[in-house]
Amino acid sequence: MFTYYLQLGLRSLKRNPMLTALMVMAIGFGVAASMITYSVFRAVSGNPIPEKSSQLFVPQVDAWGPQQNDKGEPAGALSYTDAVALMKAHQAPRQTLIYQVTLSALPRGEDSVPSSVTGFAVMGDFFPMFDVPFLYGSGWSAADDDNRASDVVISEDFNQRIFGGANSVGRNITLSGQDYRIVGVMRHWDPKPRFYALWNENAYGDAADFFVLFNRALDLKVDNSGSNSCRGNLHFDGWDGWLHSNCVWLMPWVELDTSEQVVHYRQFLEAYAADQQRAGRFGWAPNVRLRDVMEWLAFEKVVPPESRVSLIVALGFFAICLINTIGLLLAKFMRRAGEIGVRRALGATRHEIYAQYLMEAAAVGFAGGLLGLLLTAVGMSGVGLLFEDDIAKLARLDLSLMGLTLAVSIFATVAAAFYPAWRAAQVQPAWQLKSN
Amino acid sequence: MLKMTHLSKVYRTEVVETYALRDFNIDVKEGEFVAVTGPSGSGKTTFLTIAGLLETFTGGEYHLDGIEVSQLDDNARSKIRNEKIGFIFQAFNLIPDLNVFDNVEVPLRYRGMKSAERKERIMNALERVGLASRAKHYPAELSGGQQQRVAIARALAGSPRLLLADEPTGNLDTQMARGVLELLEEIHREGATIVMVTHDPELAARAQRNVHVIDGQVVDLAEDPRFHTAYTAAAGQVRS
Repeated sequence: MFTYYLQLGLRSLKRNPMLTALMVMAIGFGVAASMITYSVFRAVSGNPIPEKSSQLFVPQVDAWGPQQNDKGEPAGALSYTDAVALMKAHQAPRQTLIYQVTLSALPRGEDSVPSSVTGFAVMGDFFPMFDVPFLYGSGWSAADDDNRASDVVISEDFNQRIFGGANSVGRNITLSGQDYRIVGVMRHWDPKPRFYALWNENAYGDAADFFVLFNRALDLKVDNSGSNSCRGNLHFDGWDGWLHSNCVWLMPWVELDTSEQVVHYRQFLEAYAADQQRAGRFGWAPNVRLRDVMEWLAFEKVVPPESRVSLIVALGFFAICLINTIGLLLAKFMRRAGEIGVRRALGATRHEIYAQYLMEAAAVGFAGGLLGLLLTAVGMSGVGLLFEDDIAKLARLDLSLMGLTLAVSIFATVAAAFYPAWRAAQVQPAWQLKSN
Repeated sequence: MLKMTHLSKVYRTEVVETYALRDFNIDVKEGEFVAVTGPSGSGKTTFLTIAGLLETFTGGEYHLDGIEVSQLDDNARSKIRNEKIGFIFQAFNLIPDLNVFDNVEVPLRYRGMKSAERKERIMNALERVGLASRAKHYPAELSGGQQQRVAIARALAGSPRLLLADEPTGNLDTQMARGVLELLEEIHREGATIVMVTHDPELAARAQRNVHVIDGQVVDLAEDPRFHTAYTAAAGQVRS
């Protein structure tokens, strides 16, 4: 009967073409508005590392106290003192510190001028922790961290710009006057949002060009080009004075694979903060956090409010379209009360009438979905009018969104048809046939 | 085949009860051709819709092909309608968007019949009513008589045990009506049980047996002094 109902449903699209067109337009516009805004929301609210997001944690230690922290919450980054102390304690199987650096590089060609490139100073665990994919070579080891090697991992794009895409592992590159040895070239890797270096930064900026050794960067006194937040005295006595200030600027990450490890690390953080209190460095009770990736994204409020608001507005618009569709479907179905009476007289059960009209609604929903796809494709070019460029460029009509558009359209229309189809199934054949 | 005993149908509102049928008794044997006659509002169409399980009744008993139908649910009633009953309506009630073939196919679809068997039955039914060549035509392309023949083909395609006809010639001119009536007689001769509601005495006279309904009850006109004169006159007209 499925194909029979489908035939009847498709045939009904041709019947009352104006009514059908109205419904298809209502669904098409409603679903397109929803899908366009959803594509942005999906891009900004998705899990950037789903396979490990519950194993990667950001430890936070309140180094400012209740008078200066943000509504009781520790800052999203650590001071150098705390960061190094946590790393030295090495209570997690894998750990890294991250800070942003901007260096100058000389692209290929005699006429080239130095350009500014942005990357991060990280530790060797960074690469396996975040499953960074490599085109050539690999990251560096913990021993290299200790040896303060001048290793660098560069991005595929940077490798293309400097070496024309050739395998550059083993070659040297000069960044801001310092020579670095390339140990790895990453395959394109640009998780969005850029969760690993998110604190006070644009979560949707361009991909990193390179990664250098954290210890080496400190040795070279490479400035932090990312966020830096301080409390109290802002006058520092040179590089060392800044390192030992209460300024927070280092993003710590630890990988904890079991719940026991998580419990242990929390206890360690509490104990560390308590030690600092006892030592007189912290004049407040321990105030620490250990957030996994999704908790961290929520804490950093990564989803732009305009994305959430526009999605809600679009869904509201879609709901209104569906309410109109309910009315139109009801009118369409009840105009055929006579036919329903005949079908009932000829042996159709109420369930069969119900199924027939739901299938007809599915056909309308499918047509609305096709229109919605077209409008979504057109609307994608207008996303930049609503959102910043970094965010707008994340919205794309890929296969999954196309499938979702059709599925939402069909399911929503079928849901909207529950009541009209129920009414159709309740038609009393005797009354219809008598009135004829 | 069809037996109603002390059957009643009451329409209730908050203030009034209206009896459409009251102590209604009828017994139609298998193979009979029975005409149910009566004035407008007498209850004959209500009888037909109850007989066709399109409507429930308030009291009494109704046995259809040996089955007591009062306790059946919607699915069971639909199944009986589909398998045992064929309907022929005054207004034909063809579905305008479906061609002749697809219209005749409707009851067979609900029976879950395979495509090949459906096609064979449809073509046989259309051959029988002389419209096999019009299978791809739409109802609007046919005359009233042809539409009624399609409706008869639809009723016959499922090989029902009982044909219920409601004023089958009511919307047809004399010539077309005659053709439809001859077709019904032919179907009856082949063994079908037919119950036909009509207010046309000439049509009723062609049936094997007449049942008269007045005020929701079956009445024997020949024995009722109130109608004896009119009945005799009408019967005389038919004979002449």
